[in-house]
Amino acid sequence: MAKFEYAPAPESRAVVTIAASYGLFIGGDFIEATDGSTYETINPSSEEALAEVTEAGKADVEAAVRAARAAFEGPWSRLPGTERGKYLFRIARILQERAREFAVLETLDNGKPIKESRDFDIPLAAAHFFYHAGWADKLEHAGLSGGSGQPPRPLGVVGQVIPWNFPLLMLSWKIAPALAAGNTVVLKPAQTTPLTALLFAEVCQQADLPAGVVNIITGAGETGRLLVEHPGVDKVAFTGSTQVGKAIARSIAGTRKRATLELGGKAANIVFDDAAIDEAVEGIVNGIFFNQGHVCCAGSRLLVQENVADDVIMRLKHRLQTLRVGDPLDKNTDVGAINSAAQLARIRELTEIGEAQGATRWSAPCNLPDRGFWFAPTVFTDVCQSHRIAQEEICGPVLSVLTFRTPQEAVAKANNTPYGLSAGIWTEKGSRILWMADQLRAGVVWANTFNRFDPASPFGGYKESGYGREGGRHGLEAYVTTGANR
Amino acid sequence: MSPTEPGPKNGAADQRIEVRKTYKLYIGGAFPRSESGRTYEIRDSHGKFLANAALGSRKDARDAVVAARGAFGKWAGATAYNRGQVLYRVAELMEGRRAQFAAEVASAQGLTLAGADKVVSQAIDRWVWYAGWSDKIAQVLGGVNPVAGPYFNISSPEPTGVVAALAPQRCSLLGLVSVLAPIVVSGNTAVVLTSEHRPLPAITLSEVLATSDVPGGVINLITGRTAEVAPWLAAHQDVNAIDLTGAADADALVWAELEGASTENLKRVLRPAGDGVGAVEPDWSPTPDLTRIKFCLETKTVWHPKGG
Repeated sequence: MAKFEYAPAPESRAVVTIAASYGLFIGGDFIEATDGSTYETINPSSEEALAEVTEAGKADVEAAVRAARAAFEGPWSRLPGTERGKYLFRIARILQERAREFAVLETLDNGKPIKESRDFDIPLAAAHFFYHAGWADKLEHAGLSGGSGQPPRPLGVVGQVIPWNFPLLMLSWKIAPALAAGNTVVLKPAQTTPLTALLFAEVCQQADLPAGVVNIITGAGETGRLLVEHPGVDKVAFTGSTQVGKAIARSIAGTRKRATLELGGKAANIVFDDAAIDEAVEGIVNGIFFNQGHVCCAGSRLLVQENVADDVIMRLKHRLQTLRVGDPLDKNTDVGAINSAAQLARIRELTEIGEAQGATRWSAPCNLPDRGFWFAPTVFTDVCQSHRIAQEEICGPVLSVLTFRTPQEAVAKANNTPYGLSAGIWTEKGSRILWMADQLRAGVVWANTFNRFDPASPFGGYKESGYGREGGRHGLEAYVTTGANR
Repeated sequence: MSPTEPGPKNGAADQRIEVRKTYKLYIGGAFPRSESGRTYEIRDSHGKFLANAALGSRKDARDAVVAARGAFGKWAGATAYNRGQVLYRVAELMEGRRAQFAAEVASAQGLTLAGADKVVSQAIDRWVWYAGWSDKIAQVLGGVNPVAGPYFNISSPEPTGVVAALAPQRCSLLGLVSVLAPIVVSGNTAVVLTSEHRPLPAITLSEVLATSDVPGGVINLITGRTAEVAPWLAAHQDVNAIDLTGAADADALVWAELEGASTENLKRVLRPAGDGVGAVEPDWSPTPDLTRIKFCLETKTVWHPKGG
């Protein structure tokens, strides 16, 4: 099918000013790192260097945790909840005011299409602050005490490590509930996407947030490890790979640190023969090609009922040929750049293994830019459950298609994974939706929709997709103690 | 012997030799001996021999996990009303055996019979308390979420799966019930290592369970050395959660190592009470809060579009 021709419609970069280099945001100010090492963060769609950022070392982590502790024991924990909440409302408003700036910066640093950063990441990040702001003076009404008779109290200093797929959004999922509950935070953004977190530090300054309540330290995995293992951290919140999540769980074993871990997934998106097929195809596309498939809860395994499999796959391939892959800043772009060379290598490796193990590969025909990191939307058919592309998280625009005959078989295949983050169900039959939703061992189940998120809606996984929830009353629970008597 | 003579003339004419009980494991609704063939001596609080209990092994623990996994689907799928009645029935049956429980608790913990009887009452009442929770949990912990869009969005708690538990070492019956009931009330199945030195009330409880309506495999009890068997449960890949309460006062056991081993499949862990690396057994008398129920629950959130 011929694509509609569109004239280029690039969003202007002029709205955002990127500094040549950034320090660490500790104690309310940007400061130089103690050991002074730096690295470049690049635009993954062009490989152009965007800025030089700091690699925080041991002494820097120490300084950040100390600043957070001082703020916790100082002004922050003495502040009434109502006032604390007002800071969060301010932050939400500033994020809305500067939304376009954040959207452009996110797209530059991450590679995601501007329509997603503009319409999804940034508005939802602001919504998370707005939602949690309202909790700050209502914690005793949240039903978290469980009969202990004690009001919820903050835990103290929270160490937070977030991934590169939704940089500002993940920051908001972490910082908003932590602050609402009265904690202070040290947050490390992902190595490849630090810029919106650093711009958020400016927002904290504009909001007059007391110094040290939010500290942002940049760096790679080692900086994250130093933060998580720091004895002055009372709670760890991590979103990222299951492998790193397990290492964090091990590192805090035997301590009294608490943790929430939001890890990998290999979600089944299950399409029954009575589904509205065109809607289901849109849901499949949204499920795995949203954000280049860089989504922990992506519907990366399509389970389609055998008698409609040919039809669904035909329509899916047809639809994928209309996706526009290219310049992330172009407002018509559907699929942007892969976030990093390392991630592109990982996707290539697993797709090559998929072919070697006998699955049939099909990629949407598209002209990929010469520079930057790109991967065409790809579908594997003839996939077996034992194939690595059916078992391992690829975290890219790659869909593995399997078939089933009965609902019981769909459940068995969907649950046949160590993960349990999300699942999708497509059918017009209500009783089947509810039965399937009961059977699926996953923390979020989307029925006749996919990849929906809301600050009021708890998100998180079963099994090796981690523990704890983010969002809603349940997410708040991860940031308070109620002095349980058991 | 003359027919007029009443019996043996050994001075024990009216003394009957007691029929002692063989204390075994409780796995999958049956009472096997340890596959290892081993036993260990159980003594009362004064050091007097009471019984040879089964010395559970790694294999016994694995068999118990298989039984618990097999029982999970049906137990989790039972209605909350049904589970509540099943737990209440355990209380009913314990009431009928209270003299036996009291005697065993008294000898295990060095309590007076009156003191032990009070503890038995508390243990029975704890089943009743948790039984009543079965059909309240979802409403108290779940609910509809007001999302910003045309979607029905609801969160509800679900059991996490197979839960291993280290029963308290000191409080042999009330402590055990206080750990066990909150695991199974929501639909989880349990593999419990009983108090190492005070396991007899637990085995008597298993006899109650076997004649109650609790399906075989839902609750499995293993007697033996906590430090020997616990690491296998902590590392077991088909166990979803582990309660380390009984690490307090357990012989030669470091709970940090158990938590470390449990991370391989990211088990949900309930750490023992206490500060730092220490562990203390809590006072089991007060009415519990929801901590223990919550630790082995998952929150599932379901979305569906609304439209005319």
